[in-house]
Amino acid sequence: MRSTSSVLLFVLTLTSIVALILAFLQNGLKSKHDFNEAMYSKKATIAAVANHLDVEDFSKISEAEVTEIFDKQIKQMVLKSDGTVATPEELQDAGVRGGLAENLDLKKENKKSVEERYLPLYEFTKSDGNKYYIVYARGKGLWDEIWGNIALESDVNTIAGVSFDHKAETPGLGAEIKDNKAWVRQFIGKKLYDNDGTFRAIDVKKGGAKDPYHEVDAISGATITGDGITDMLLEDLVAYEPYLKTIKG
Amino acid sequence: MADTAVVEKNQGIQFGKKERKLLTDPLNDNNPITVQVLGICSALAVTTGMKNATVMAVAVVFVCLFANVITSALRKAIPKQVRMIVQLVIIATLVTVVELVLKAYAFESYKQLSVFIGLIITNCIVMGRLEAFAMANKPYESALDGLGNGIGYGIILLMVAAIREFFGKGEFYGYKIIGPSPEYAINTLESSLFGWYQGNNLMVLFPSAMFVIAVLIWAHRAWNPKLVDVS
Repeated sequence: MRSTSSVLLFVLTLTSIVALILAFLQNGLKSKHDFNEAMYSKKATIAAVANHLDVEDFSKISEAEVTEIFDKQIKQMVLKSDGTVATPEELQDAGVRGGLAENLDLKKENKKSVEERYLPLYEFTKSDGNKYYIVYARGKGLWDEIWGNIALESDVNTIAGVSFDHKAETPGLGAEIKDNKAWVRQFIGKKLYDNDGTFRAIDVKKGGAKDPYHEVDAISGATITGDGITDMLLEDLVAYEPYLKTIKG
Repeated sequence: MADTAVVEKNQGIQFGKKERKLLTDPLNDNNPITVQVLGICSALAVTTGMKNATVMAVAVVFVCLFANVITSALRKAIPKQVRMIVQLVIIATLVTVVELVLKAYAFESYKQLSVFIGLIITNCIVMGRLEAFAMANKPYESALDGLGNGIGYGIILLMVAAIREFFGKGEFYGYKIIGPSPEYAINTLESSLFGWYQGNNLMVLFPSAMFVIAVLIWAHRAWNPKLVDVS
């Protein structure tokens, strides 16, 4: 048995050394971590328009290509729910680095009420000159958060593509919203508004989609995740309405 | 000359029968998963695909090896009253290192494994080896023991993952082998020979890992009579 003071000394020394090592490592790798995180969300954003990019296989897209697309074909802005574009200065004051949509803390924004949110919007110009608008929605799945980027065609009604992601859905069930490409493809060509101009969004329908414009098939075994997507599209995309109306003219 | 040779033999690093046993025992006769039934939690969770299983296996080998060496080097200095906590600090540090490095250099794997990388800390194989072996043996022997146990765990992980990935998704290491679309090497929609084949979705889910590991344990015992419990 050793004296308490010698045990204390040992533990203190050990923890200090460990803390030093980890602090140095964390600091040294920080820039790489930030870069990876940013690249990951950029990739997710343009995944919504994957079919309209000039790359052959989106799953093998390189970091340089993602950066180039963001530099040349993407115009990003941050909207407020009254339909105006937030100025870079205003965003800087709110703590958004560079006033860029890609630096918004979307998790934090989602916790605010719809009226107070900053909304990211990416305007993608295809090489043939067509414009696509990528909007963002975030909600709850079965276990944790789910979110997605939704690309709209220039009529700001028809969906050109989507990409969903999740924090902790079950692999093979809820996680299919990200992994099952065939399921994700269903969203292409669906419409947000019905003929009367009412906002309907897309319903993930258990038992098979019947409405050709506003419903997609649910994933069997993932009812709650599917309902989460229905809800998040319905609740979050409404916030973009005032701005999208100005595009429609 | 003969004397110095003997001295060298006793003190230098060598690889004799005893050392080989330290390294190979955990691969077969004393495998951490199939014989000691440790580390099952992560073996269930990360074996849906070969890629994740490989990253996990490498991470556990790394943690197991270095935790054993460090603990063994410090074994005389570690106060007995707090030895468990000290071991935990060592493991947690190494796991955090793994996590930080993965996040910087293998981001895709990090995204898929993140929770389970953290859970290496609670992997009973690592702590078990520290408490049972490294606290009582020299760093070199501990290194062999750590390496052996890490690899023994990794091998089973890869076997389970290979079975689950192939029968569940029709893939091996992400290469599409058999499935219902033209992207696969054998397209079940067009092939007349394999038209009946369908991927078993159960294999993707966690329960299948239970069956697969149980079958592996049975196969291991059937193959290695030393493991059969006669009592």
